[in-house]
Amino acid sequence: MPTTLGTLERSVMDLLWSTDESRTVYELRDLLPDPAPAPTTLLTVLARLEKKGFVAAERSARPHRYRPVASRAEHMAELMHDVLVDSGDRRAVLERFVGGVSADDAATLRRLLDGTG
Amino acid sequence: MLETAAALTVIAVLLAWPVPMLLARAAWPARAPATALVAWQAIALAGGLAMIGAPLSLAVAGYGDDLVRGLAGLVRAIVAGRAPASAMVLLAVAALLGLWLVGHLVVTLVQVARQRRRHAVLLQLLSSAHPTRAGARVIEGSAPVAYCLPRGSGSATVLSRGLLDLLDADELDAVVHHEDAHVRQRHDILLVAFRAWHSALPRFPVAALAEGRVAELVEMLADDRARRSIADAVLARAIHRVGEVGSASSAAAAARRAARLSAPPLAASERAAVVLGSVALVTVPTLWIALPALAGAGG
Repeated sequence: MPTTLGTLERSVMDLLWSTDESRTVYELRDLLPDPAPAPTTLLTVLARLEKKGFVAAERSARPHRYRPVASRAEHMAELMHDVLVDSGDRRAVLERFVGGVSADDAATLRRLLDGTG
Repeated sequence: MLETAAALTVIAVLLAWPVPMLLARAAWPARAPATALVAWQAIALAGGLAMIGAPLSLAVAGYGDDLVRGLAGLVRAIVAGRAPASAMVLLAVAALLGLWLVGHLVVTLVQVARQRRRHAVLLQLLSSAHPTRAGARVIEGSAPVAYCLPRGSGSATVLSRGLLDLLDADELDAVVHHEDAHVRQRHDILLVAFRAWHSALPRFPVAALAEGRVAELVEMLADDRARRSIADAVLARAIHRVGEVGSASSAAAAARRAARLSAPPLAASERAAVVLGSVALVTVPTLWIALPALAGAGG
């Protein structure tokens, strides 16, 4: 099965999110399903994820260890905030089927956000 | 040119307040959303042009019978150091207004593109492909939401787990057709333009009103497109079900959208009149001040 960098980014994040431990590129390679990508490919993916702000690298260790910057639930909350809150400056970003919640409608927002992630 | 400046000032004032208020209060836009969107665009464009054109034509008054010759005359006077301060101030006002509006458009385009890029990155990591609907993404989340992230060819329609649980297959079809319409008809361009207009005039209530109305009309337009393949009753049910879960204001907006499905569309002759009026609003003043022959003949 051809693996694009995008789907590989997803698999790597899923692995990093699934544990509290930081991982080396070799540990990640061993945890990924076959055919496992080459370590250089994984390093490219990790560099991209670091640039996007999802992954932090511990460069004091050899080999470098990688851990997620925030939990999956925290990123999910960021995404749902985009979707649910009708703050003026973000209104043109996406088009909802039914309008969102105004930023001061805190009770509705909390109800909608509960159970996400 | 003094008469032109006076006429443009009148147009700018009319388009800044009474005309958009009338349109915002009218009931017919719900029966002809595409036509109403043409009218809103004409008001914004003609209003902006008149706002810039009024000080500009006042500045060049006395230097020529039309804008082109007048501007050339004023520039020659400035180069020669003979231009009065008043003309230079008016010219600067017109230039700054133009830069202000264009600048806000550019800044808004960049901001929205950046926010969409960030959202796309989050989606890539947090959503999965829908098992049967090609192109649709699913996010885990109990809030029933459906939306599209418009990014040209990379546009995505996103459905939440809560929505999949709430709607039956037909209602889901309605939602997907509605979101496809947003992507295909590029509604995001309109929304960004009115977002920019509002951010350029943040304390101007009509700009906020226009942005809200345009957003609502765009939803109605997407509904009308979905109605080509979906029965009205199914679409109304989907709107009701999703709307009920949100806030009171979103439920009210959903009720308006469902109610309009049973209203007859506006007559073709009335739609044509609005479109003609909108085109005239933009073209007549522009041609009047820009075309030397016309302006020369008219005064």
